[in-house]
Amino acid sequence: MDVGQMQRQWIDYTKSLFLEGFLDGQFLQLQQLQDENNPDFVVEVVSLFFEDSERLLKDLTFAIDQNGVDFKKVDAHVHQLKGSSSSIGAQRVKNCCIAFRNFCEEQNTDACLRCLQQVKQEYCLVKNKLETLFRLEQQIVAAGGSIPTELSFSG
Amino acid sequence: MAAPSSSNWVMETAHDVPHVLAVDDNLIDRKLVEKLLRNSSCKVTTAENGPRALELLGLTSGGQNSMNGRSKVNLVITDYCMPGMTGYELLKKIKESSVMKEVPVVIMSSENIPTRINKCLEEGAQMFILKPLKQSDVKKLTCQLMN
Repeated sequence: MDVGQMQRQWIDYTKSLFLEGFLDGQFLQLQQLQDENNPDFVVEVVSLFFEDSERLLKDLTFAIDQNGVDFKKVDAHVHQLKGSSSSIGAQRVKNCCIAFRNFCEEQNTDACLRCLQQVKQEYCLVKNKLETLFRLEQQIVAAGGSIPTELSFSG
Repeated sequence: MAAPSSSNWVMETAHDVPHVLAVDDNLIDRKLVEKLLRNSSCKVTTAENGPRALELLGLTSGGQNSMNGRSKVNLVITDYCMPGMTGYELLKKIKESSVMKEVPVVIMSSENIPTRINKCLEEGAQMFILKPLKQSDVKKLTCQLMN
């Protein structure tokens, strides 16, 4: 595959992530912040997101597993996850968190358990997608190409 | 964004580079706001909570102002929802101080709650910005402050 093909593959893959709702416009904001001075900005922020999310999901699992669930604590964790997923444009994770918070408010343990499963699932999905995207980027750069900066959504 | 109608506020800057203190308990948001501000030619210091922010501003009793003399803060931008001291409480403490009360304080929040917004504006917040933060939000903010 030549650089041009790899770049087209990257564009198509990125577009699919938006079309399938994994990412929203906030991710574009992150991409626009990447420049020669900060060539790895997106990877850095997303890596922080992965670390932070994994910690939060662990804490959430623990908190919900308790005999007397502390919904305030659960909600605090979900609020954090909602914030960071929103800030990087991980739309589906964010939306799960919104629903999750509603059930925290209702103090509905079963629904919260279901939400936690959903959030974990969505997190895994977006993590895989983004890691794939970053691998594509590495291949392009290794082949001497540059990552496209314009994503035109026409055609 | 919400701002008072008579936005007659000016950020005093040393050497024309505004020094912004950004306060947020979320690591990802701190990194994002820092980059956005740097892109708008600001010098940035971050803090992860209200008490640390007050320390950096030299507003804690007996505390060393680690930025005193060398680098005065021209703007504080803080998240609203933080454990312990909220952004609102931080805003109040800044506005109550004799030294820092003229410094503009901007509040950020992921939740669009009118009573929350009004409460902050009434307490002297210059602006309320909805998260997630975008480059256009920060550009607008720094442009207004520089006029």
